[in-house]
Amino acid sequence: MTTTSPVRLPARGSRLPWSLRLERRLAVPRWLPVATTAGAIIVALAISGLILWIAGGDPVAIFVHIIGSSFGSLGVLSDTLVKATPLILTGLACALAFRMRLWNIGAEGQFLMGAWGASAVVLIPIVPAGTPSIVTIPLMMVAAMAAGAVYGAIPGFLKAVRGVNEIIVTLMLNYVALFWLSYWVFGPWSEGGFQLSRPFPPEAWLPRLSDAAGAVPDFAGLTVHLGLAFGLVAAVIIRFFIFRSRRGYEIRLIGDSPKAARYAGIDVTRNTIVVFAISGALAGLAGMSEVAGVVHRLQQAISPGYGFTAIIVAYIAKLHPYGVIVASIAFGALILAGREIQPSGIPAMIQGIILFSLIASEVFLRYQIRLERREA
Amino acid sequence: MDLTIILAAGVASGTVLLFAAVGEIFSERAGVLNLGVEGMMLMGAVVAFGTAVATGDPWLGLLLGTLAGGLLSVLHAVITISFQAEQVVSGLALTFLGSGLARVIGEDLSKAGAISLLPKLTVPGLSMLPGFGPVFFTDQSVLVYFGFIVVPLAWYWIGRTRPGLHLRAIGESPTAADSLGVDVVRLRYAYVIIGGLFAGLAGATITLAVSPGWFGELTVNGQGWIAVALVIFAQWSPIRAAVGAYLFAAIRRMLIDIQGPDQLFGAPNPFYFNHTLTFFLEMVPYLLIIGVLVAVSGEAIRKRLGAPAALGVPYVRGERGH
Amino acid sequence: MSDPQADQGALAVEMRGIVKRFPGVVANNGVDFDLRAGEVHALLGENGAGKSTLMNVLAGLYRPDAGEVRLLGKPAEFRSPRDAIAAGLGMVHQHFALVPTQTVTENILLGLHQPRFRLDAGRYDDEIADLAGRHGLAVDPRARIWQLSVGEQQRVEILKMLYRGARILILDEPTAVLAPQEAADLFRTLRSMVADGASVVFISHKLGEVTQIADRVTVMRRGMVTAAGVPIAGTTTSGLARLMVGREILETIDRTSFAPGPVVLAMRDVEADGDRGLPALRGISLDVRTGEILGVAGVAGNGQSELAQVLTGLRRCSRGSVTVSGVEIGNRTPRDAIIQHVAHVPEDRTGVGTAPNLSVADNLIMKIYREAPVSTRWSIDMGAVRRFANRLREKYSIAAPSVDTQARLLSGGNLQRLILAREIASEPKLMVAVQPTRGLDVGAIGTVHRLLLDQRAAGAATILLSEDIDEVLALADRVAVMYEGRVVGLFDAADADVAEIGLLMTGGGASTAVVPVVVPGVA
Repeated sequence: MTTTSPVRLPARGSRLPWSLRLERRLAVPRWLPVATTAGAIIVALAISGLILWIAGGDPVAIFVHIIGSSFGSLGVLSDTLVKATPLILTGLACALAFRMRLWNIGAEGQFLMGAWGASAVVLIPIVPAGTPSIVTIPLMMVAAMAAGAVYGAIPGFLKAVRGVNEIIVTLMLNYVALFWLSYWVFGPWSEGGFQLSRPFPPEAWLPRLSDAAGAVPDFAGLTVHLGLAFGLVAAVIIRFFIFRSRRGYEIRLIGDSPKAARYAGIDVTRNTIVVFAISGALAGLAGMSEVAGVVHRLQQAISPGYGFTAIIVAYIAKLHPYGVIVASIAFGALILAGREIQPSGIPAMIQGIILFSLIASEVFLRYQIRLERREA
Repeated sequence: MDLTIILAAGVASGTVLLFAAVGEIFSERAGVLNLGVEGMMLMGAVVAFGTAVATGDPWLGLLLGTLAGGLLSVLHAVITISFQAEQVVSGLALTFLGSGLARVIGEDLSKAGAISLLPKLTVPGLSMLPGFGPVFFTDQSVLVYFGFIVVPLAWYWIGRTRPGLHLRAIGESPTAADSLGVDVVRLRYAYVIIGGLFAGLAGATITLAVSPGWFGELTVNGQGWIAVALVIFAQWSPIRAAVGAYLFAAIRRMLIDIQGPDQLFGAPNPFYFNHTLTFFLEMVPYLLIIGVLVAVSGEAIRKRLGAPAALGVPYVRGERGH
Repeated sequence: MSDPQADQGALAVEMRGIVKRFPGVVANNGVDFDLRAGEVHALLGENGAGKSTLMNVLAGLYRPDAGEVRLLGKPAEFRSPRDAIAAGLGMVHQHFALVPTQTVTENILLGLHQPRFRLDAGRYDDEIADLAGRHGLAVDPRARIWQLSVGEQQRVEILKMLYRGARILILDEPTAVLAPQEAADLFRTLRSMVADGASVVFISHKLGEVTQIADRVTVMRRGMVTAAGVPIAGTTTSGLARLMVGREILETIDRTSFAPGPVVLAMRDVEADGDRGLPALRGISLDVRTGEILGVAGVAGNGQSELAQVLTGLRRCSRGSVTVSGVEIGNRTPRDAIIQHVAHVPEDRTGVGTAPNLSVADNLIMKIYREAPVSTRWSIDMGAVRRFANRLREKYSIAAPSVDTQARLLSGGNLQRLILAREIASEPKLMVAVQPTRGLDVGAIGTVHRLLLDQRAAGAATILLSEDIDEVLALADRVAVMYEGRVVGLFDAADADVAEIGLLMTGGGASTAVVPVVVPGVA
């Protein structure tokens, strides 16, 4: 028969005079996904506000504070973009993998490995001191992407060849990456026994807007660095890759129906590994951008959970590369402002509520919801 | 390195994993994957600890901590069962929310002093059993003994009772169950919430029995995820999950104890002399989980075992193909 | 239950003015239906006529938008199948509702209030074996569902209803999955039940079996009743057919004479395992030539699906060789089969044949997205994709608002047109068509048949796997019969005998003898 049978919310034994009736939507209007996303975020902020209010805080003040301290001036806007940069890259990493329904929860670990790979170029060192930026920086990028790609390909390989649950493997590898990083910053690369490496030489720093302050005085103090350009260019490339390339078509087909993809002669195994590797490379590049663009050294605490926030970013963006940019800026603001908010768990809580309300809102995309009077 | 101490510690801290894994088995057997175990455990841990600090009553803490886990799981149930949303993402959201909320609630708890813990018991008679006695029945928390009871009960419930028959049916073929009047939605709600209660209990077990105190996210430190992995390793059997939980916890304890002595197997202990090497030891449990999953996936392919057929699939009544 | 004699002739079920709407469709438009106690009442109609919907309303699965249901004279309102079963009314659906990993006994006990808590399987096994014996429904209560044949699974479904005390049994197209002999067994069971005072509604679109088993017949067309409760004795097959489709069924299909060319597909001694690791194909050797349709007849689950998968690279074979125009494709990848121009109309249109959430255009390029002009080395030319998709949409009359429409929004017939359009556009040398008309309405069936015959005329070799013997005989030049993974008979369609094929399908022939490869002479 048709796939349009009505379904009901659980209402057995309910005494309410109405029941909610869900009817499967045949077609989704173009504006609806945007509207539900916006609505979901508003609802999430309202719920978060309510919780803050119950906890004795002033939600309006907190939200105003978040907006003010992240978009209030050119300087803080620049800081917001700096926070958004790793999110764009890790968000793209997640969006790409999720398109194929590969649950790469390991962007965090791939980010760390990328940061490590980039650092290795100057700390081992692979290039002698004094090598110009034009050589050092591309080399760091390659090293970071390679480290991330290899680290991403491991769960990809296990998933493709042995059918091992990639969620668990990527999560476990996050812990492993953190210990790996800790070993290097506590051990071989430790500077004077502290848990951080020596600073990178300036040739390994990504150029910042403030570097051009001599020519454009307004750029003075702006921390935005070249990593943002990496993110924007990557978004353009990934968009083209997903929607205009042959492999992108394969990925979309596998994501929607692995059986149909196999039927179409597509090598699902190979694509699983490739997509995981690309995803890992993007997250790895984010790690490089962070050490070379922001902290200029390797240390244990280089990520406040970018790789996890990336999951939400990808979801808000509905897995669209350009949406990832917008969502990253919003979450960059939340992370930036969140550092000053007490208790420290509030940003994570708000992120969780936003994600929940987003996936809950998707019911509106699949169903039309009607309130109808219960028959006697 | 005393094997009895390691194994006894494994049984004690393995109880945390055991509760979480058994809860997840119930949820997954009903067809609902809940990746929010970590978040629910954190909620259970912080509420239990906070209650014990505030009231001085660990039993009340145990109760409220357990309920907190259950309460959080209701959210997952509504979103995945009624709204039919992607279970993976909802579970991740639950983890974010749970850990965020737990940190908000636990804001001042990290400075809290010692609390009175749940009592420890030594079972007369059984504790004298050679080998088993000192490991399982000597100076263990009451919760450890509760774990001994929960596992066979869960096994019996799932495999040998009418409600268990219904549980297995809604996870394997909800359409078949529904057509015979089994209320798939209601039962899935029930088992997801049971899973949440167990996760809350697991969290409470950490702060009230195994390692008291509140250390933010480090309190649970990924054990929720390990429990999810254990369920796969256990092939959805509570008994295998219990064995896995105890063994895993014992291995973790052993890796700590390895760092103690200056001599190891007659040679200088590298971990004793170079402390940074211990980071590699810390990787071992996580690598072990990956290794075990790889091994089990081979076994699953060979024996054609598998997850409940409807795991992760929302149930929509009356929807059929052409 | 009251004395069966007293119920004789009384109305067991009375449905009045049933209306059931789905978004965009009125499936039942004011339908009346009567069922007497102690009768087999056939509900006849084409696919999509509303038969199953009407019975789903009766069985409590759907709630009618208007109308009244009376059971034994009393108004009945079923909110769920459970209510209907409690009232003694059970339905066996086309898609069985069984839990594959559980035993027969566990499946039958599912949903009951007994046992109270502890499940003592042994005690119930005996009880169920006894019940099965009484109704001639041979099945082992301890077996797990996945181990059973489709026919046995159907018996479990019937047992499930009988164990619940059903006195009214609704069977939705029960013979679709059965061999003729199994169907005969089922009819015997049904006869013994009605003799016992029970009543049966028998949904079907096959005229022959309706006249064979039913006492009365109700015919439906497009959601309405065109003949209500007519005694079968006073009807003719052609009269029923007219009521069913509103016109005479044209049984003859125009086809050109059989002029086979060189061998395209050659299978030698092919063996392959099924999903559960048990042998599914046990030494298949077949040839198919250009301009030929080889029909493969058989009861579901005798290796036909696996055969199609081996031919299209979706399943590995453990032995033997499969060549297309001399190139080995056995044990290669689906891609290798596609390169050799093997087209595949799969059994599962929504799960395998299409990606439901991708657009019609994306679905149409599945087989050619690697080739010019649709793609260059790396990228896909969206303009070329749209031109290609629009061309196919018009040529094959795929009813979709645009090529950007998601495939899941297409009807079954349009989805099959999409699949056929795509497969034919790949210029097949070998066409593997599996159950190409299952579940389609008469118009769509005609289109599918015409397209397959066009391919034959164009010189493709076609292998048609179908459980519908009539379809196989109507389209095929030669017929192979499969039983338990072997080809147990190979005939020229012209001199094939339905009875003999039916016997072979159920292992009644020389089932162990492997029929040697018959290279057909020119007919």
